[in-house]
Amino acid sequence: MKKIIISLFILFYSFNISAQDDLMALLEENTEEQNHDVEATFKGSRLINGHTVQVRKPKELEFLISHRFGRINSGSYEFFGLDGANIRLGLEYGILKFLTIGVGRSSFDKTYDGLAKLKMLRQSTGSKSIPISLVYFTSVAHKTLKDQDGFEDATSKTSYTHQLLLARKFSPSFSLQLMPTVIHRNKVEEINGDNDLYAVGMGGRMKISNRVSLNLEYYYRVNAPDNENLYNSLAVGFDIETGGHVFQLHFTNSRTMIERGFITETTGDFFGGDVHFGFNVSRVF
Amino acid sequence: MINKTVFITLLVLCLVSKGYSQVKFVEKDGIASFFSSAPLEDIEAVNNKVQSVLDLSSNNVVIVIPIRDFKFDKSLMEEHFNENYLESEKYPKATFKGSFSTAQTLDVSEDGTHHVDVDGDLTIHGVTNKLKTKATISILKGSLSATTQFDIRIEDYKVKIPKMVFKNIAEVVEVKADLTYDPIEN
Repeated sequence: MKKIIISLFILFYSFNISAQDDLMALLEENTEEQNHDVEATFKGSRLINGHTVQVRKPKELEFLISHRFGRINSGSYEFFGLDGANIRLGLEYGILKFLTIGVGRSSFDKTYDGLAKLKMLRQSTGSKSIPISLVYFTSVAHKTLKDQDGFEDATSKTSYTHQLLLARKFSPSFSLQLMPTVIHRNKVEEINGDNDLYAVGMGGRMKISNRVSLNLEYYYRVNAPDNENLYNSLAVGFDIETGGHVFQLHFTNSRTMIERGFITETTGDFFGGDVHFGFNVSRVF
Repeated sequence: MINKTVFITLLVLCLVSKGYSQVKFVEKDGIASFFSSAPLEDIEAVNNKVQSVLDLSSNNVVIVIPIRDFKFDKSLMEEHFNENYLESEKYPKATFKGSFSTAQTLDVSEDGTHHVDVDGDLTIHGVTNKLKTKATISILKGSLSATTQFDIRIEDYKVKIPKMVFKNIAEVVEVKADLTYDPIEN
């Protein structure tokens, strides 16, 4: 009898103590788990050279300044590459929640490019979770460099890129991305080169702190032409975020900042020392 | 015999407290907002997914605020708030568990406005601090609403603000909540 009384007493007493926890349980019973989109898979719209699944929010304008200097192994006469730089200036704008368009101008081959990014899936958590983000990227690039042998007419100077960007943010600090790509060039420089070049890109980021991450990006060309002067694009770099800016500092064997350039025309041998220092600065308005 | 009396008394007490527990109320989409006023910038964010349960028999209240549902004017601000400051993937919810004091037990069938003292534990960013504040509970035609306003120090919740944006984010943030409850059907 005493035991029963004591246990009842404990039951009664603990009911009072945990009343707030009971209410918490009652709250969970009466509410549903919310769906949330996974934000900030990457800090910027570029992983290093190529695009990430990040699209601009509606009415957001991004101004991008990108530089790739000359080769570091070009010696002190060229000030380790800093004397020569390729520049790309770009503007990207979010029209809709899932559609971003952009234009750019590269100094390399005096190229103009236009691009569109279409968000097809957005990674989310909750009752209707989606495991990955998926973006379709397309761009057209037109070089305006004069007096290039075999590239006199306008058609031959144009190329097209189609890409699927599949990404998953595995944890707040770790994200991976896969980028199957096809690039169509109206005219190819290499003798046996296909007009359509297929490539698969892989990349990711690892946060070192809340504001700094280490990024890696590699594009493997599937049907690469027999040309020992061309290489797969490889890049390693850091994202540094300060308020409204994202600074990206990196080392890469590619000279250009558009897909046709760095995927199909990379001439540097990364492990042979043909490395370019470069940066992207992004400002969102 | 004495034991039996005690036993029955306890049993009755238990039953009585069960009887009181019919007066529980739930809120599923309440509003909470915060306002930060700093030399360079005023920042305001509003959350309308606040959940709460309030018990008029025990004067206990719990509130859950999903951090990711705070909406800002600038989406970049919202991203930084979630990614850098509140780390919402690690700490998805802010919670309050506490009780309020009233002169007598509130009766939901009597209309009126009651000013109450609230005392409890507020957890933000994984850090729990005591919170004492005042709130107003209004009862009108069987429905119940509560409002409160208080200040919190960002530092108390181990939210790190870099020196660079010190002039953009205030050290003390004003928090407001506006909750409208429905009775829980048993």
